[in-house]
Amino acid sequence: MDILTLFVVIPVLTITAILFIKDIKHVRVVTAIGMGIQLIMAAVLVFMYLAARKAGASEEMLFVRDYLWFKNPNIHYAIGVDGISVAMIALTSLVVFAGIFASWEVEFLTREFFVSLILLASGVFGFFISIDLFTMFLFYELAVIPMYLLIGIWGSGPKEYSAMKLTLMLMGGSALILAGLLGIYFNSAPDGGQFTFNILEISKVTIPMSAQRLFFPLTFVGFGVLGALFPFHTWSPDGHASAPTAVSMLHAGVLMKLGGYGAFRVAIFLMPEAAVELSWIFIILTSISVVYGAFGAIVQKDLKYINAYSSVSHCGLVLFAILMMNQTALNGAVIQMISHGLMTALFFALIGMLYGRTHTRMINEMGGLMKVIPFLSVCYVIAGLASLGLPGLSGFVAEMTIFVGAFQHTDVFHRVVTIVAVSSIVITAVYILRVVAILLLGPTTDEHHEHLTDAKWFEKVSVVTLIGSVAGIGLAPYWLSTMIGASLSPLVEKIVSVNPF
Amino acid sequence: MSPEKFVIMRHELLLTAAALMVLIVEVFSHPDKKGKVITLSAICFGLITVLGLLPSPEGELFGGMYITNAGRLMMKNILNIGVLLVFLQSADWLRRDENSEKISEYFVLMISTLIGMNFMISSGHFLMFYIGLELATIPIAALAAYDRHRNISAEAGIKLILISALSSGILLYGLSLIYGTTGSLYFGEIATVFRGSNLQLLGFIFFFTGMAFKISIVPFHLWTADVYEGSPINITAYLSVISKGAAVFIFIIVLFTVFPVIVAAWQKVIYVTSILTMTIGNLFAIRQQNLKRFLAFSSISQAGYILLGFIGGNQLGMASVIYYILVYIFSNLGAFGVVLAISNASGKENVDDYNGLYHTNPKLSLIMMLALFSLAGIPPVAGYFGKFFLFTAAAEKGYYTLVIIAVLNTIISLYYYLLIVKAMFLLKSDNPIEKFKSTWYTRFALGLCVAGIIVTGFASGLFELIRNLSFGI
Repeated sequence: MDILTLFVVIPVLTITAILFIKDIKHVRVVTAIGMGIQLIMAAVLVFMYLAARKAGASEEMLFVRDYLWFKNPNIHYAIGVDGISVAMIALTSLVVFAGIFASWEVEFLTREFFVSLILLASGVFGFFISIDLFTMFLFYELAVIPMYLLIGIWGSGPKEYSAMKLTLMLMGGSALILAGLLGIYFNSAPDGGQFTFNILEISKVTIPMSAQRLFFPLTFVGFGVLGALFPFHTWSPDGHASAPTAVSMLHAGVLMKLGGYGAFRVAIFLMPEAAVELSWIFIILTSISVVYGAFGAIVQKDLKYINAYSSVSHCGLVLFAILMMNQTALNGAVIQMISHGLMTALFFALIGMLYGRTHTRMINEMGGLMKVIPFLSVCYVIAGLASLGLPGLSGFVAEMTIFVGAFQHTDVFHRVVTIVAVSSIVITAVYILRVVAILLLGPTTDEHHEHLTDAKWFEKVSVVTLIGSVAGIGLAPYWLSTMIGASLSPLVEKIVSVNPF
Repeated sequence: MSPEKFVIMRHELLLTAAALMVLIVEVFSHPDKKGKVITLSAICFGLITVLGLLPSPEGELFGGMYITNAGRLMMKNILNIGVLLVFLQSADWLRRDENSEKISEYFVLMISTLIGMNFMISSGHFLMFYIGLELATIPIAALAAYDRHRNISAEAGIKLILISALSSGILLYGLSLIYGTTGSLYFGEIATVFRGSNLQLLGFIFFFTGMAFKISIVPFHLWTADVYEGSPINITAYLSVISKGAAVFIFIIVLFTVFPVIVAAWQKVIYVTSILTMTIGNLFAIRQQNLKRFLAFSSISQAGYILLGFIGGNQLGMASVIYYILVYIFSNLGAFGVVLAISNASGKENVDDYNGLYHTNPKLSLIMMLALFSLAGIPPVAGYFGKFFLFTAAAEKGYYTLVIIAVLNTIISLYYYLLIVKAMFLLKSDNPIEKFKSTWYTRFALGLCVAGIIVTGFASGLFELIRNLSFGI
């Protein structure tokens, strides 16, 4: 069996194992082992990929396998990875691994919780390895639907409402994607011949412009819903706030990246002509996402809402960068996806841990936690600094690259929106520092909080894994950006051929 | 015509024999041991289902009034599987005291309707089609009124028979116009001389309306919810799956073989009715509290999706419709099976009663969730593949607007399916349905449904087979 299929098979095997375990307490151990293997596999995949590239493999996708599934419509189980998907797979396995440890103490329906969580993860992994639009879409929906149960059963607050809103909005997005995919399929052979769902083959042909004008917005908005594109972002704050810790981590950290990845790989990669023509609409929308999300975070009092709005802002930046469509900005977009994935997972993990101790998420009900629980507090500060783009952490690398890329456009429109988007950095600093000041510094406001215990071992595993990765990217971004950059060239060449600015 | 040629009517002959046998066994069995009739019928019907899968010669009988070929046999086999599931699911219900005196009638009536459907599917002539249709409809009215002491059930029977009579009348009127203008009732002959004159179009519209009643396409759906609610649950299941499936089968055969000339005309009609059917079915389903009414409206909206396969008039559409019916049989019978099992054990049929079901009956809840997800078209279960192919068939002919409306409708449907999931998994209840063990029959039937829901999607060979066989029709 090839290494990529294993990324779907291992979660399935883990689920099977969980279902047959008698003792509930062993469930989390088995899950951790399964996802630990997955993490190791991801590391192996990264090295295999780099080794193959070093050995001179120059194909767009490596480790490609293609099995015919349905003859008509022409559906294949086709898989393959390039630098971007390898990076995303690595991110996913890291976040899932950390998520398991962050939810170590789930007591209610433990077995079902981990089954749903891993089902979600397997959908995400499947999405990133697919190069066939049908299988990609299948995995996409598979990743969305367990969310309903995860939020609805194990969530907090208005969980039923949030779960329903999230599921329906994301499924609405996937409805648009489905229509878009069918449109792409039936235009994938404009010169006659076999239609195909295969991304690589479609990218070789030029889809007729009239079709592109219809299907580019459909797919972009469809994926944009998951990427929190304004005005389709409203599921995100409610969903994230109600979700249990691990689910928030996974959802903000990984699932929202499916939106950015899909918008990039399907909408823009396959229909660059329409993308160039129509990008201005979406650039405006994403600029609004970026700034509005940041402002939204300032006025929130609930830690999870703050982080959810901040996610809207940061994921908006991903889409913003994708729409800039040059090498530097796209490179930044992918780094931002990874950086934000790790950072926001870290945030949500920490919020979950704080909530588990203080039983509140309202910032004005907490204070002076730095003295009581120094480990968690310092980690929170690090996450905050990464989020506001401090050099040395991953956020800086990503945002810097994006804005440099965006500013390479010489026309007024792009410059103006870039300046608008850059302002979000300042606003981010405001809400991050405000939270840090109220929450961690100053005197302890609530006497019950004076006897809190610091992180337990499993919480440390979760947090340290993520912080290590955030700092790793921040200090040594070169290997990551090279891996991504090489994979971006086919797309960038294609766009330059369309629109040599 | 030699007697051996009758072998090609294997399905119908076997079913007739089975119906007669059930009657005879009932007469000679001891009054206290009527339960044996259930076992016997189930085994017997299982055998028929298996025998039906064997390869069979193709051919015509009665001067072309009866046609059989691999594609039509496949349709009959699909219906057989569905009926077998209904039989297995209804075993517990039949064992109740109040039903002990009319067990064999249940089977005989149901088998006769199936014979009618088989003749209908095999017809090559509108008279044969009509006889089959009536044979398939009238016994169901008796079945709908099976609980004749319950007013609501008797009412359902009356409503069904009246609406059937009305729709048959409309349909016959359409056929008479077609006969008057073409001079023939043979499918093949009509197809060669049919030119789509105004009178012929009028005839077609009447025919369409008659069929629309049977498939419960909006605006001819108003009888559905009342009849479904009043009938016993397994009859509702039968009506919503088998009857509808058979009508869809013959409808698509007639549209594709008899009326290909006026394809542009019926595409317009179907375009409008399918949007109406999906949307209205879905919007009304949201408000339902009774699960039978709920599933009734959900099955109306499903008919709307099925029409998407018709509209392209293409081979892929034909194959995806047949495939979807198969998927729909497993999914809807899975859902009905759970409702029936719970109703048998506790008498509860409302959405609210399902609150907290997962904590008392986890397996049933999971099956229900799987079935509902399949109906909603969520991967990786079969409904997703079925819907995808239907949408693909419509998109192939460029009906993208219709596809977008349809996928948006699946979101509405997902909402109300999730309401059930929410009741079962999320909500808690002070008075949940007690934990109960279901019998072997129910388990077997539900197991088959689950296997069908999971396997039918991934097994691409099945879709290929259906596609290849549907070429011959």
